[in-house]
Amino acid sequence: MRALRSVFYVVALPAALVALWWLLTLGSDSFWVPRPGELVSTFREVWIGPRFMDDVVPSLTRLAVGLVLAIALGILGGLAIGSSRVLRRLSEPVLEFFRAIPPPVLVPILMVLVGVNDTMKVLVIVSGAVWPVLLNTIEGVRGIDEVLSDTAKSYGIHGTSRITMLTLPAASPNFMTGIRQALSIGLILMVISEMFASSSGLGFTIVQFQRSFAVTEMWSGIVLLGLIGVLLAGIYSFVERRVLRWYHGLKEVEQSE
Amino acid sequence: MSSSTDDVARAGAPARGRSLHDRLLSWPPVVLGVAGTLLFLGVWELVPALGLVPAKYLPPPSETLGIFARNLTFVDFWLAVWDTLRGWGLGLAFAASAALVIGLVIGGSGVLRRLTHSTIEFLRPVPSVALIPLAVLLFGFDLESKLMLIVYAAFWQVLIQVLYGVADVDPVARNTARSFGLGYLARVRHVVWPTVLPYLMTGLRLGAAVALILAVTAELVIGNPGLGREIALAQSGGATAPMYALVIATGLLGVLINVVFRAVERRALSWHPSVRAEVAS
Repeated sequence: MRALRSVFYVVALPAALVALWWLLTLGSDSFWVPRPGELVSTFREVWIGPRFMDDVVPSLTRLAVGLVLAIALGILGGLAIGSSRVLRRLSEPVLEFFRAIPPPVLVPILMVLVGVNDTMKVLVIVSGAVWPVLLNTIEGVRGIDEVLSDTAKSYGIHGTSRITMLTLPAASPNFMTGIRQALSIGLILMVISEMFASSSGLGFTIVQFQRSFAVTEMWSGIVLLGLIGVLLAGIYSFVERRVLRWYHGLKEVEQSE
Repeated sequence: MSSSTDDVARAGAPARGRSLHDRLLSWPPVVLGVAGTLLFLGVWELVPALGLVPAKYLPPPSETLGIFARNLTFVDFWLAVWDTLRGWGLGLAFAASAALVIGLVIGGSGVLRRLTHSTIEFLRPVPSVALIPLAVLLFGFDLESKLMLIVYAAFWQVLIQVLYGVADVDPVARNTARSFGLGYLARVRHVVWPTVLPYLMTGLRLGAAVALILAVTAELVIGNPGLGREIALAQSGGATAPMYALVIATGLLGVLINVVFRAVERRALSWHPSVRAEVAS
């Protein structure tokens, strides 16, 4: 009975919204809003087929490469800068500035510097997504508990083992937060770089549909981007729960005290 | 830079054998910050001068900052800034007030919270740029298309924080207020609001940054008037140095918005333990 209730809570509102959408478009033959059934069949026609390999897979590959690079760079740079107070103070104003630049304006800059190609699109994602990871990692390394840090030192833990046993785990709640922000920025930049400068990819295709007034196809593209966003968020929360299991456990203990 | 020197410094640098790291650490942080900025500008100046990247593609800061300074005397530049800020402010205000009201209503009721949870978690990660084609079809270059993107993006940032805030209300305080006969509005004002305020401020700060990103994005991709469109125009016209100058302007705008919102946050929460502890320490 309880399981049934929680299923009801998950499904009720989405089902009601779809039913409403279906009812409202039942009689009308609106140009702007497709009917639910129409949208599903268009979605299948448009995206499941050759276009999946030609447009969707390359876009997602660039997104994945860009995100992995941004995360690696952000964590490595964050460890280096975070563990030195001098480096931290030297770099703070410059990093604050770079973080504040709205990432999409990097698209025209990289178009000039690199040209219009795959490298540019990956670099756009890297250059936008790296900042939240970098700054959060710095913050995490800075905030390491001093008792832990001193204990590690008095046990003679130095160099690589110090990083893998103390610094990295201690900073992980912070850089995971950064990674979550990086995921959504990366997805936004993937779409923009393709809308702005491309002849293929998801962003380009969706703008093409809009320009040719293929409204139902355009809606199906919006739905696909939404699904990718939801999928990324799902993957993130799955990974986060594993990586930070110790952290959530710790917090529960602290709160129950 | 080994991490151990950092710990020595924290313990108070010993007088003998002070390394470069420790000596730099004794400088005021502001000096180091300025030094770091100058270092960055120096490297940027050298890269095109040494021919590593042609100056045509990466104009040195001496040229770029000059154009930036000259921009400050042009009315057109300030009009573009105004266009960007207007879209940003209107969008953020609309998104924040809608998110606050909806968040208080949903958060105040357990049934509503459970009913809307799946829908919110599904809609939140949808990238707002996915709405660009729709916004163009509906509104073209008008302000509304920009606002649509900004409101969608900023709304979720604020809503989620307000929901966290309402969930954080102390049940004892809420039940006490109820047994003292406070009505719904009085409870919201005296019990829920003080708890939600810090969360709301965080949401506003995050939302403000996201709203600026989307304002510039709309200008860049759709072509609404503003700094983003100026950047796109400079880029397609091959005016590289002016383009860099405009990018610097958007960055400084972002820094400014950050600073202002942090200040507002501190003012609004001066009574709150988290801020009081920070001041005391």
